[in-house]
Amino acid sequence: MKLEIKKMSGRTKFLIYVLVLYGVISIFNQDTIRAALVYFALMLSKVIPVLGMVFGFLFLTNLFIKPEWIRKHIGAESGFRGWFYAVIGGIVISGPPYIIYPMLGELKEHGARSGLLAVILFNRNVKPQFLPAMIYLFGIKYTVILSVYIILFSLLSGKILEFFVREENTSAGR
Amino acid sequence: MKEAFLKTLSLFKNVLPMLCGILLLMSLLQQFFQHQYRAWFTGNYFLDPLIGASAGAISFGIPITSYIAGGELLRSGVSLIAVTAFIMTWTTVGLIMIPLETQFLGKRFAVARNLINFVFAILVAIATVYTVEMVG
Repeated sequence: MKLEIKKMSGRTKFLIYVLVLYGVISIFNQDTIRAALVYFALMLSKVIPVLGMVFGFLFLTNLFIKPEWIRKHIGAESGFRGWFYAVIGGIVISGPPYIIYPMLGELKEHGARSGLLAVILFNRNVKPQFLPAMIYLFGIKYTVILSVYIILFSLLSGKILEFFVREENTSAGR
Repeated sequence: MKEAFLKTLSLFKNVLPMLCGILLLMSLLQQFFQHQYRAWFTGNYFLDPLIGASAGAISFGIPITSYIAGGELLRSGVSLIAVTAFIMTWTTVGLIMIPLETQFLGKRFAVARNLINFVFAILVAIATVYTVEMVG
């Protein structure tokens, strides 16, 4: 049994640990676990259709997008244009992180620069579709200034991240 | 075409246990954190931005939820800097998502990015609020 657990991937172990946590909490508080499972089912029902779209995106990326194209636009050779694309990509990209990480992971595997992926993730905070709500709650001046700072700091975060992170072989962990 | 399909399928097969684990963990944490944010803030001008950034870092959901929660916090007397830090880390820092981020983008990337974004969230909050005050 112990050997079988050792053989499992980190992903499966993680799921088992969470299930054990559910089991332990259910001994003391069944209502919380019931509510959590209802919430989980609700989220899963929302995630499944999106996963279908992500599957399509990854399949098309694997099929049509060549590593040279990625390297040219958001790779090491992309230069100033790459930072621009990353900012726009971060603003336009939509969806929860568990949907976005596989897509960015695929881009990275095809040669995308780490700093630019960090810029994309930072700019997810500037969402044109949610700006009216932010303006309503915090005012237009605040919204504009915050959005400008997010874009500026995203570039800085990408640069700093590249200082700490040399290109890693992420495919080994998959 | 078959190769691309199989590659994508294998990627999905790998991600599903992690995704289910994270969604289960999020669902559980949601039960404990729901509507609890206000109680975490102390009223301290220096400590609250840190608390705001930490609260955002362990939260999740679409950005608009953070605006609404942030608006509520602001109305209940929490400082704008703390609320801005909260909104910033809500989207840019994801402690619960680190295992998934590590799987696809690497451990160093995930840890460094989350740490940098946590610090930057507070800096952006300070810069934004002071600029808003200066502009008048």
